Amino acid sequence: MSEKKIPAWEVFIQPKTGASFQHAGNVHATDKEMALQNARELYTRRQEGTCIWVVKTENIVSSSPEDQASFFDPADDKVYRYPAFFKVSKKAKGL
Amino acid sequence: MTEKKEQLFQDKIDAGLKIEPKDWMPDKYRKHLIRQISQHAHSEIIGMQPEGNWITRAPSLRAKMVLIAKVQDEAGHGLYLYSATETLGITRSELIEQLQTGKAKYSSIFNYPTLSWADMGAIGWLVDGAAIVNQQSLRRTSYGPYSRAMIRICKEESFHQRQGYEIMSKMSNGTPEQQEMAQDSLNRWWWPALMMFGPHDSDSAHTSNAMKWKIKRGTNDDLRQLFVDRTVKQADLIGLEIPDPDLKWNPESKHYDFGEIDWEEFWEVVNGNGFCNKERINNHTNAHTEGNWVREAALAYAEKTQNGDLK
Repeated sequence: MSEKKIPAWEVFIQPKTGASFQHAGNVHATDKEMALQNARELYTRRQEGTCIWVVKTENIVSSSPEDQASFFDPADDKVYRYPAFFKVSKKAKGL
Repeated sequence: MTEKKEQLFQDKIDAGLKIEPKDWMPDKYRKHLIRQISQHAHSEIIGMQPEGNWITRAPSLRAKMVLIAKVQDEAGHGLYLYSATETLGITRSELIEQLQTGKAKYSSIFNYPTLSWADMGAIGWLVDGAAIVNQQSLRRTSYGPYSRAMIRICKEESFHQRQGYEIMSKMSNGTPEQQEMAQDSLNRWWWPALMMFGPHDSDSAHTSNAMKWKIKRGTNDDLRQLFVDRTVKQADLIGLEIPDPDLKWNPESKHYDFGEIDWEEFWEVVNGNGFCNKERINNHTNAHTEGNWVREAALAYAEKTQNGDLK
């Protein structure tokens, strides 16, 4: 019965200092401290990280896969955002 | 509308793309995954019991530390897989209830008893070895969370198999009594390990859709053959004999031919008549019930400290 009320937390791990945090999975825990401890026991038994974030799953906001095409299409026609779009003389160095 | 969605879904699978939790999926795909992944999760959790049986009797401190670490890994693997199953819209408590009421199955291998220390070797070498063959293939499964769990599990699992093989190899190079224990253990675990891959493809109720949807990436028989081919040579190397008079290298197929599995025994154990079926579930239910007050206390504490804020 009681498990229904134990919330899930998403776990993000920073694999080494300076690196981006990456999603690892989730844990169940009744509070932040337990979530951190469970995440450590579950996802870093082999020195996989230098830092862990946990956030309640219910607080994650996600875009919807069904809207993927329309949601991301503003980026479809902007080739000028890539350096290869611009023609410059080969003599110009350091660009 | 549904037909069109199903076509898009299949196109995605055929293109080798992963399906993610919020993507549309056919109901049968979802159900198949819940059944398969939860069965896998339950196997990891119940699988702690036969090995836990020997922690207090490990022959050295080193062996004890290693075995504890291995059993802890199994718990972790169970949790990764429960997480993956929960993304399909079923709760942890429903999953546990399905296990305890027998609605969900776990691998029958864990209904065999562990009678000697050599069984810790045989389990690591054969049971984890068979599981690895299956899990390596499942890294490429079409469901994203399952695939990611498998990748993580495979990374950790290879120590398990080496740990088991080390025990077997030490014992088969030990005293005559130790050699005998190692051989006896191989004799008892060999056939159940082959059964872990499930019925022949021609008799398997779940294979066809599972292959079409790329949930499974190798058939039961193919994966079993791969396991046999790998393991026979490992047994030779440490002087143990596979208990199968029909086992023979086939130069044409370039595989080992092997004898027929006792499917009657397989179904007996699946249907609850193995040596330890009742004991395994009773232990799980008791541990779960006895831990209830801990969960309740943790929830009460969380409420008192302002919805879980750290103090």
